[in-house]
Amino acid sequence: MIATMETLNDLDAPTKSAVIDLLYRLADDAIIIGHRGSEWTGFAPILEEDIAFSSMAQDDMGHALTFYQMLHELGEPDPDTNVFGRKLEQWKCASLVSLCSKRDWAKSLVRKYFYDVAESLRLESLAQGSLVPLAQLARKLSSEKKYHLMHGHMWMPRLGQGTDESHQLMQDAVDTLYPHALGMFESTGADDLLDQAGIFLREDELRKRWVAAVDKVLGESSLKINAKASPVYGGRSGKHPDDLATLLDGMQLVYKLDPSAKW
Amino acid sequence: MSSTDESKKAGGKSRPRSKRLRTIWQSLETITDPEIPVINIVEMGMINDVRIDDEHVTVDMTPTFAGCPALDFIRNEIRVAVSAFEKDVKVNVVFDPPWSTDRITEPARKKLKAFGLAPPTAGDCGAGQESMENIPCPLCDSTNTSLESIFGPTLCRSIHYCNECLQSFEFFKTVR
Repeated sequence: MIATMETLNDLDAPTKSAVIDLLYRLADDAIIIGHRGSEWTGFAPILEEDIAFSSMAQDDMGHALTFYQMLHELGEPDPDTNVFGRKLEQWKCASLVSLCSKRDWAKSLVRKYFYDVAESLRLESLAQGSLVPLAQLARKLSSEKKYHLMHGHMWMPRLGQGTDESHQLMQDAVDTLYPHALGMFESTGADDLLDQAGIFLREDELRKRWVAAVDKVLGESSLKINAKASPVYGGRSGKHPDDLATLLDGMQLVYKLDPSAKW
Repeated sequence: MSSTDESKKAGGKSRPRSKRLRTIWQSLETITDPEIPVINIVEMGMINDVRIDDEHVTVDMTPTFAGCPALDFIRNEIRVAVSAFEKDVKVNVVFDPPWSTDRITEPARKKLKAFGLAPPTAGDCGAGQESMENIPCPLCDSTNTSLESIFGPTLCRSIHYCNECLQSFEFFKTVR
């Protein structure tokens, strides 16, 4: 029988560290995918998608903020300091979200879809978990996330089965991004503790669920995966592609010039 | 002294008996979401609880969308409004119970419609694209409408087109 923890104060020291590790992964993935989404503001191929990517970016950054606020309650730096003051190797996001989209809309769409399926499964797991404040938050965020998933479910078959060109662009995106998507489920030292405390599913279990959900939709979209693809790991332990360094240089520029600057 | 039981209901429908609490609730009813100026935050269901003791007031508010840019603005508006007659005001942001569009009161739904914004539906909107088709047009009530875009000018709205009166309109997306 797993005990329910009504507040963050109910966490013992090792479980608290595991929750902090988990929250950093969730928060960093969300803010970086949000930042990548915002890069389409003003540039998406059609107006509706400009609005969609901008809105989803706003949601994802809002979700990230709630995770950073919870981290702050657990004794970590305040959200602004955490996002604008942290060094590259301290970030815990997966390479999937770090990669620069290079104005490739098919890749951005597939990346966002891969992330949203994973994020929905994580929120679902947290919502059923034993850490009450996090379960409550996850239920709230799920109610917004469903619209992101709907967006992905609409576009995957539409472009996968559209023209030869759209199909090829989507297939290239899947080929490039699938190994990075699998990398989202890189196991960390927190897996066992979170599982034992009933807070969050193990990463390998989440990965199984993600693969099943994504395979189904890719199949319906006439897109194929390379079953032998091996995951790109490293993000969870601070090893990132150069693209993330470039992103952080831009995002943290003002803060580095003057940490006390008021917006 | 607490109004917990009385005010847990959506939209703070049941009114607390204490005069002091009533004054606080009334002041909250003067605050609107800057993106939807026709309905106030109490009708919107954004106030989960108001608690008072001898010196302190605690207002629990819950965000409509986690990334809503108006959140800090509204939080500050609450502080300013209640501080007009209370010395010590604390505004908490809480997620229990989470906000859902079911909490928008009936009079507020009518105001949304009059504003030209289709009110949220009772169905499981968001389950799939089909669930966002045939949203009743706020202008002519026809359900012969099509989804144009899942996302709109604010996080809470989608864009639709009425095939009957040939107008585009926005829908307050169902969230629960």
